[in-house]
Amino acid sequence: MKLSESSDSPAQSNHNQPPTQFHSRPWAASLILTAGLALLAFGIALSLSFGAASIKLEEVWNAVFHFNPELQNHQIIWEIRLPRILGGVLIGVCFAVAGAIMQGMTRNPLADSGLLGLNSGASLTMAICFALFPGTSFLQLMLYSFVGAALAVVMVYGTSAISKSGITPVRLVLAGAAVTALLSALGDTISLYFNVGQDLAFWYAGGLSGTKWVQLGIVVPWVVAAFIGALMLSRSITLLSLGDEIALSLGQRTGMVKVAGMILVLILAGAAVSLVGSIGFVGLIIPHITRKLVGVDYRWIIPCSAIMGALLIVFADLAARMINAPEETPVGVLIALIGVPFFLYLARKERRAL
Amino acid sequence: MSNVTNGAIAKASHRKKIHDWVVVIILLVLLVAAFTISANTGTIRLSPMELFSTLFGQGTPQQELILFEFRLPRMVISILIGAGLAVSGCIMQGVSRNSLADPGILGINAGAGLMVMLFVLLFPSMQTMNSLFLLPALALIGSGAAAILIYALSYKKGEGISPTRLLLSGIGVAAGISAAMIIMTLKLTPESYTFVANWLAGSIWGSNWKFVMALLPWLIVLLPFAYYKANVMNVLNLGDQTASGLGTPIEKERILLLAAAVGLASSSVSVSGGIGFVGLVAPHLARKLVGPKHKMLLVTCALVGALLVLVADTITRALPLQKEIPTGLIVAIIGAPYFLYLLSRSKG
Repeated sequence: MKLSESSDSPAQSNHNQPPTQFHSRPWAASLILTAGLALLAFGIALSLSFGAASIKLEEVWNAVFHFNPELQNHQIIWEIRLPRILGGVLIGVCFAVAGAIMQGMTRNPLADSGLLGLNSGASLTMAICFALFPGTSFLQLMLYSFVGAALAVVMVYGTSAISKSGITPVRLVLAGAAVTALLSALGDTISLYFNVGQDLAFWYAGGLSGTKWVQLGIVVPWVVAAFIGALMLSRSITLLSLGDEIALSLGQRTGMVKVAGMILVLILAGAAVSLVGSIGFVGLIIPHITRKLVGVDYRWIIPCSAIMGALLIVFADLAARMINAPEETPVGVLIALIGVPFFLYLARKERRAL
Repeated sequence: MSNVTNGAIAKASHRKKIHDWVVVIILLVLLVAAFTISANTGTIRLSPMELFSTLFGQGTPQQELILFEFRLPRMVISILIGAGLAVSGCIMQGVSRNSLADPGILGINAGAGLMVMLFVLLFPSMQTMNSLFLLPALALIGSGAAAILIYALSYKKGEGISPTRLLLSGIGVAAGISAAMIIMTLKLTPESYTFVANWLAGSIWGSNWKFVMALLPWLIVLLPFAYYKANVMNVLNLGDQTASGLGTPIEKERILLLAAAVGLASSSVSVSGGIGFVGLVAPHLARKLVGPKHKMLLVTCALVGALLVLVADTITRALPLQKEIPTGLIVAIIGAPYFLYLLSRSKG
C-alpha cells in the first residue's frame, strides 16, 4: 500500500487526520504562488517588449493600461503580442492542471493528456473540421475538440472499466496507447485524404502566434470554470491519490470524483488543443516538479501547477522567438526539447513497473 | 502437484501440442485465403482459377503482367514485413517483459522517419527512382542510431537495462524526434510533405521484386535466429534473478535479441514506412492463441502479423476511393480496437 512506503507519514498512526498532513509544505506553496506570479508578470512584460519591433517596457505599460489606438507600437502590443502571451499563459495552465488532475486520480506518474489519448481525440475532431467543414468557427472547433477528447476518455476508461480486474494504471496506459494509435490513424487518414495535413501542422505549430482576442474570449470562461472546479475537487483528488481504498474508507464517493475530474480534464485539454494543437510534456513535467516542491496536497499542487505551467510556456515562447529571430521556432518543439530530457530522467529514476 | 500424475501432465502437454498445431494450420489456411482474395483485388479482377493458372505459367500476358509485376511483389512484401514487424515486437516484449513494447513505441519508426524527412528536406529534387533505393538504407541507419541511443540512455552502470527504463527511454526519444520533425514539416513543399506524410503513415511503396530481394536476406537470417533463441526468451521471461540463477548471461542475450529485433523492424520499416501497430497487436493475439512459450509463439506471431498486413493492404486496394490510404493506417484502425478488446478481457 502507498502509505506503508512513507513511514514518516503521520497518517499511518491516525487515519482521520486531514490530508494537509501528508508531507504538505504550505509555506513552499505560498512562496511559489507569490514569487511565481511576480515572475510571470515579469515574463509577460519581457515578452511584450521583445519582438521584431523592440518596444520599451515603459511603452508596454502605457499600451496595456493607457491604450492609444493612434500609436503603432500600442497596436502591436495590444492586437498581436498580448493575446499571444495570454494564450500561452492559458494553455500552460490548461495542460499543467489537466496533467496534475490525471496524475492524482490515476496514481500514475506518467499520466498526461497526450499519453492517455485526449490530445489525439481533440486533434481528430480538428482534422475532421478542417477537412469537411472548412468554415467552422472557433467556438465550434473548441466544442468539437471537447467531444474528441471525451471520445478518447470514454474509450480509454471504458476499456479499462469493463475489464474483469478493473481500472489499473497499467491498463490505463495501455488503453491510452491503443486509443492514441487509433484516433491519430483516423486523423491521419482524413488529413491525407483531404490534403489538409500541412494546414493542420501549420495551425498547430503556429497556434500561439495566431491567437486572437476572439479566441481568448471564447476559451477563457471555460478554462476559468474548469480551474475553479479543479480547486473545488482538489481535496478529493488528494484522497484519491492515496489509493481508492483509503479514499473510500474516508468517505469519498470515488466514482463521482473520477467522473467530475475527467470532465474537467477534457475541458482543459480540449480547450488547449483547440488553441495551439497538441503540446506534450507540460502536463507531465509540471505536476512532478510541483509535487517535489509543495508535497502531496492537491489543494496546493493544482494552483502551483497552474502558475508553473504558465511560467514554462511564457518563457519557452520567449526563448522560441529569440533562438532564431526573426523566424519562430514552434513552442511545442522547444517544450519537447526541455521535456524529453526530463522524461528520460524520470524514466531512469522510475523503479516501479508501469 | 502431488495429486497430478506424470501421465496426466504428458497427456495435457500432448493435447496442448495438438491445439497449437491446429491454430497454426488454421492461420495458414486463412493466409492462403487472404492471398487468393488479395490477388483478386484491384481494378482488373482475376478469378481464383485464373489466378492459379497464371501462377503456374498458363495465363495471358496481361494477367501475368498484373500478377507478377504489380500484385505479387506487393503481397509478398506485405507478408514479409508483417512477419518481420510481428516477430520484432514479440522479441521486444519478451526481452523487456513489457506488453507495451513494440518497434514503433521504441523509437525505431521515428529514427527511420527522421532520416527520410532529412533526406527529402535536403535533396527535394532527388525524389526520383534512384533515391527510392537510397531511402531504405537511410531509414536503416536512422532506426539503428535511434536504437543505440535508446539503449545507451536506458543503461545504468551495475544494473544494466531495466525493462521499464528501456520502454520509457524509447517513448522519450520518439517524442524528441517527432518534435524535431515538426520543425522540418513546416519547411517542406506541399509535394514533399505529402510524400513524407504517406511514408510515415506506412504506405507500402517499395512494391517491386528488388525490394523483396532487399528485405529477404534480413528475414532469412533473423527469423530463424529468433526461433533458435526461443528458449532464452522463455528464461528471460522468468525475471532477471531467476534467469541469471539459471546461468543465462542476461545482458549479452538481451543485446543480441534486441539487435535482432531492431534489424527486423528497421529492414521492414525501410520498405513499408512507419507501420506501427503490428508489433504490438500480433504478439498479444498470438499469446492468446498459443500461450507464452516462445517456440510456438514466434511461429504464430509471424503468421498473425503477415495476415494482418496482407488483409490491411488488400483493404486499401479494395476501398473505392480516389486516393489510396496508407496500409499502416488501416492496420491501426483494425488493430487498435482489437487490442482494446483484448485489454478489456485480460486479467491482472
